Amino acid sequence: MNDNVLMIHSRDNVAVALRNLAPGEEAKGKGVAGFKVFNEIPASHKIALRDLGPGEEIVKYGEVVAVTTREIKRGEWVHTHNLESKRWKK
Amino acid sequence: MTEMTGYLRPDGKVGVRNHVLVLATVSCVNGVIQRISREVPEAVCVPHAFGCGRGGPRDLQILFRILSGMVYHPNVGAVVLIGLGCEVSNTKNLSPLIKDCGKPLEILNVQECGSLKTAQKGAEAAHRLLTAVKTQPRVPISWDQLLVAMECGGSDAMSGVTANPAMGAVSDWIVEKGGTVIFGENTEMIGTDHVLARRAKDEQVAERIVQMVNRADKLAHDIMGNMAGLVISPGNMDGGMSTIAEKSMGCIFKGGSTTINQVVDYGDPPTERGLILQDGPGYDGDSMAGLAASGAQVMFFSTGRGTPAGFPILPVIKVASNSRIYETMKDDMDVNAGTLGEGKSREEIREEMIDLLTRVVNGQKTKAEVNGMDVFTFMTVHPPF
Repeated sequence: MNDNVLMIHSRDNVAVALRNLAPGEEAKGKGVAGFKVFNEIPASHKIALRDLGPGEEIVKYGEVVAVTTREIKRGEWVHTHNLESKRWKK
Repeated sequence: MTEMTGYLRPDGKVGVRNHVLVLATVSCVNGVIQRISREVPEAVCVPHAFGCGRGGPRDLQILFRILSGMVYHPNVGAVVLIGLGCEVSNTKNLSPLIKDCGKPLEILNVQECGSLKTAQKGAEAAHRLLTAVKTQPRVPISWDQLLVAMECGGSDAMSGVTANPAMGAVSDWIVEKGGTVIFGENTEMIGTDHVLARRAKDEQVAERIVQMVNRADKLAHDIMGNMAGLVISPGNMDGGMSTIAEKSMGCIFKGGSTTINQVVDYGDPPTERGLILQDGPGYDGDSMAGLAASGAQVMFFSTGRGTPAGFPILPVIKVASNSRIYETMKDDMDVNAGTLGEGKSREEIREEMIDLLTRVVNGQKTKAEVNGMDVFTFMTVHPPF
């Protein structure tokens, strides 16, 4: 009952916050454990499940949905500030 | 697994309902349809805004395909067709398309006896046909006789996280059992054509998918110009979606992950089994009519902001993406997928949804059916003239 993130596909490297998450709290969900939330993450936004390098593919639904524009730490908020579309560049 | 039953039709298809459909051929007779509806509430009475005033070949094709698709639909046991006389889709023009439907069909025209007499005769016919269809027994049916539609509308940021993945798990299960699943909404495939094409059965299906999505993309740009980017809107971004591919993945995930065996045109029945795409619009009202005319007997419909919309001749199972809207609109929602992430696993919710689907096939009414939340509208290309 205490899940606060949801991983949609087993191949994913991001999960979805089920509520607003605060830095320092434990990320918990099916297949997700053992690390802390890095910064504030709004509900329904993405959280990195592992460290991601710059230009690395972001996988959600088991598919590439974006690429990172810089390094992203595990537990960090993943959104338009640190990713871009793979096909339509900013 | 519980046995499923349905109504066997002369063309070999099976219905999960045995409706008497009272259908307008044109908007001019909507008042007649409404009078019949008050007289015979058990009949499924369908007024609408179409039937005349549009002339292009594509609009005519869609008009006749949707109206005849309603008559042919396996959930319909008998039909009262109410025409005017001078409209484009008048009963004379419709007749060649529906004469082989193999079900009791009564045709009335307002220009032959006036609206009040038509309503009276229509109500008598509906009563008579209701008595007739009630004698038809349900027979055992199997999953390979079912076409299940997957739809989403009034979506929120959780629709693609909870409800659509849950529906995707149901889709995969149905396909594995030999059944057929169909979903449309080509605008909500933009950015994922490569993913869908990779899952196509063969080169031709892959090519058709890319063509369909490119056309939807171009249409969005032609109509909306610089605003086409709003296909992924600021609201979507506030909800945590970062790219159009991410948004569309959340949408197409409701069809599961199996091979795509066919792409059918709007309102066309599939000739293949397994997972089918429909080349139809993103607007849920229009999409539902296309999926129904394709022969879907039952529909799952996810929503997060909350829409009560159902469809006249289909049981529509409403799947709430979050517990808040499930509670707020409890009278409208059949499934709470918000429980995913509140302790329930995707397998548990899938089982729950398949169990409900089985009961709905066997006659249990969905909330939209109980409440009579019928929506009937369909796609047009050009404005009326």
